[in-house]
Amino acid sequence: MLLAAVLFVHPLGKPPRTEMDDYFILNGQAQTGCNNIVTSVVFDYRGMDTFGEATILFAAVAGIFMVLGEKNEKGQ
Amino acid sequence: MKRDNEASGIVKNVACILAIPITVFGLYVILHGHLTPGGGFVGGAVMATLIALFLVSFRKDMIKGGMKKSFSLSETLGLLAFISLAFLGISATFFHNFLANTDLFFGTIVPFGSNPGYLGTGGTAPLMNIAIGLEVFSGLSLIVLLMAYYKPGGEGND
Amino acid sequence: MISLPFIAVIILVSMALFAIIFKRNLIKIVMAVHIMGSGVNLFLISLGYTEGGIAPIFTNAPGMQMVLPTPQALVLTSIVINIAVVALMLSFAIAIYARYGTFDTTKVRLKG
Repeated sequence: MLLAAVLFVHPLGKPPRTEMDDYFILNGQAQTGCNNIVTSVVFDYRGMDTFGEATILFAAVAGIFMVLGEKNEKGQ
Repeated sequence: MKRDNEASGIVKNVACILAIPITVFGLYVILHGHLTPGGGFVGGAVMATLIALFLVSFRKDMIKGGMKKSFSLSETLGLLAFISLAFLGISATFFHNFLANTDLFFGTIVPFGSNPGYLGTGGTAPLMNIAIGLEVFSGLSLIVLLMAYYKPGGEGND
Repeated sequence: MISLPFIAVIILVSMALFAIIFKRNLIKIVMAVHIMGSGVNLFLISLGYTEGGIAPIFTNAPGMQMVLPTPQALVLTSIVINIAVVALMLSFAIAIYARYGTFDTTKVRLKG
């Protein structure tokens, strides 16, 4: 099934150009002022995904705190 | 007198010498996130290798085990700074870049086309990079510290 | 014929899937999950490559066509999520070893 999934995809080097990526490359530097288009996509045009990812990292550290934390025993 | 779980003298000296270049390189990758490849996540991971290096090359009681509270505080501060930067541009949309192309803190206008990078551009992107870098560094160091100082205390109720 | 990055993706994902199903040690299962995540990230990046393209950065750039920047942004997020999932699985493995004394998944059963 994996072979079928890779054989049906397009050959390497000729992806279909979408309008969204052309807009990012042409207008990204003028609107945001970053030289790095990937940074402007991650932090400005699609900032909601980065927001969810920061929350996931925080929740994972909180879960590890709960499993591997210190337990203070209360005696009788 | 060398114990069992302690590295030799060469490793300890090199770890102390390597602390400054690792920190400077991590800060460079975080701060130049809008000009070169890199950014907040990669720079935070580079700076978190420093804590792991110190944990491997020294004994466990030579490092303060009480660093967990300060790392937990800095992680929450980083996430709160990121959320407040996102909410400040709420007048147009949620994540509006309100500092770009103005004459405020980080917003000079960039000439079009290929240019050598200018550091004072980019709007809210460098500030968000710093906040995310602080949060990733504190989170990964906290994970490594919690796994190293784990004591299975108490018996199970069997 | 199929290009080289896609062959690497097929090898990585199939070897990781074989290890998840048929191995019994807990550490090997966790490592196989991480390898499968890396294989999927490689597949996502290699989908957005134009021929003779350069990185989408304007600092000192020669004037050529650029590769697509959108899959690279999504893969950044995916790498961090993989780290969080594998760290949580490893902490569960530490707690299981402290409780049962073994890593074998056929000997770890809930008592009850």
